[in-house]
Amino acid sequence: MHWEVPIHNFDYFLYGNTVLDSTFPFIHNPEGLVASVILAIFGIFGAFWLGLAAGLMRLSKKWWVKYPAVCYIEMIRGMPLLLLIFWFYYLAPVITGQTMPAFTTTMFCFMFFTGAYVGEIVRAGVIALPKGQMEAARSTGLSHFQAMQLIILPQALRNMIPSFVNQFVSLTKDTSLAAILGVIELTRTGVQVNNRDMASFEVWITIACLYFMICYVLTSYSRRLEAQLSRYQARDR
Amino acid sequence: MDYNFHWAQMFSGEPVQWMWEGFVTTMQVSVISLISAMLLGILICLMRMTPFKPVQWLSLAYTEFFRNTPLLIQIFFWYNASHYVLPAVVNEWINDLYYWFPGSFSLFGHEFVGEWMLFNAELISGVIALTVYTSAFIAEEIRAGIFSIPKNQLEASRAVGLSFLQGYRFVILPQALRIVIPPLISQALNLIKNSSLVMVLGVADIMYQATQIESYHAMPFEAFTVALLIYLVISLIVSFCINMYNKHYMIQVMY
Repeated sequence: MHWEVPIHNFDYFLYGNTVLDSTFPFIHNPEGLVASVILAIFGIFGAFWLGLAAGLMRLSKKWWVKYPAVCYIEMIRGMPLLLLIFWFYYLAPVITGQTMPAFTTTMFCFMFFTGAYVGEIVRAGVIALPKGQMEAARSTGLSHFQAMQLIILPQALRNMIPSFVNQFVSLTKDTSLAAILGVIELTRTGVQVNNRDMASFEVWITIACLYFMICYVLTSYSRRLEAQLSRYQARDR
Repeated sequence: MDYNFHWAQMFSGEPVQWMWEGFVTTMQVSVISLISAMLLGILICLMRMTPFKPVQWLSLAYTEFFRNTPLLIQIFFWYNASHYVLPAVVNEWINDLYYWFPGSFSLFGHEFVGEWMLFNAELISGVIALTVYTSAFIAEEIRAGIFSIPKNQLEASRAVGLSFLQGYRFVILPQALRIVIPPLISQALNLIKNSSLVMVLGVADIMYQATQIESYHAMPFEAFTVALLIYLVISLIVSFCINMYNKHYMIQVMY
């Protein structure tokens, strides 16, 4: 193994290389970036509804409603996402009887994976509310379902928002795993450009910075949201 | 659904041996990176709490950067780009490690053949990536734990006559550690799950062995299910331990 120190050439990324015709590969040709963002947004959208269902099911008192959700949440939380992706990739054709594109496969995996974590967030959000809220709602004549819909969930969702945004951030980072099945997203374009141009340092720093920018915007937005919400809560007291 | 399951083959001969080797590698990677991540995390946390501003900024930048970039990218970076920026001395040192601890070597008269695969470039990069990634999270958690103890606890301890360090040692840290340890353990759990990513470098952990079985024996479903069960059992055991710990040591809130 012999490693040598080459000359760094970030100009190459800024102004392009006419021979290889790659002008700032990740911005000029944003196919990968767009795919990553689509995966993250679709993933979190599916995960929200799945997590809401799983979290509320887990709060139920009926065992046949509760335990499927417990199994789902515990199982998904106990396995690596990479494993889920591989497993689903080989399992899906067995179930459906036809091949599934890698993009769809990974998107379903992101939904299922993040859904379990969102489920826990929903459960924690509902449990954190004082018990009296439900009792008061029931005593005014609302049914359990109505009380959930009109009183409990709006408050719980407000408490959930910071951790939900955190989950969005980690899902955005996790979308890099789709590269392993060959989905053309940010990381995969990184691998391709790296293989083609052999400029690994510039490639991985650029990709890392792109992910960092996406995630940092989300985190700072979450922080501002959190501050705003806690300000309202302070006014309540 | 015309898929023939071969569960019996999965639990005999080569697959079992490979899975066991993968399990050992996963555990080696996880334990080494967990210990070093703890040390690095504590260091970063201390840096964050020093009164000297530039050190704080450095630690903040470190935490933010490594928390907000995907682990996969970091693994790729440490494996195939870091040696361009690391000082030549460090590269030499890693090369030397590889020279002294190749796949087989003898130590104290015992011949380690193929069972000691720790010091190759792939595994070292994987461990470094996991360490750095996890240490950023650990630093944040320790800091949050210490900050969650009200400041007047320290003031009260000073008023009773304890020194600053004694106040930390006898009042703040015993309370902070009880808060911090459960999230630290779940961070360890995350680390074990994240260690599956080092397979992209060709480190022969559980995931790698599962893909190996998939391609050699054509049993994708069985291989990945067994890998899933291994990770699941590890996670369930650890989370059971966390719950037991919580039950025993949770701080009782008195109203």
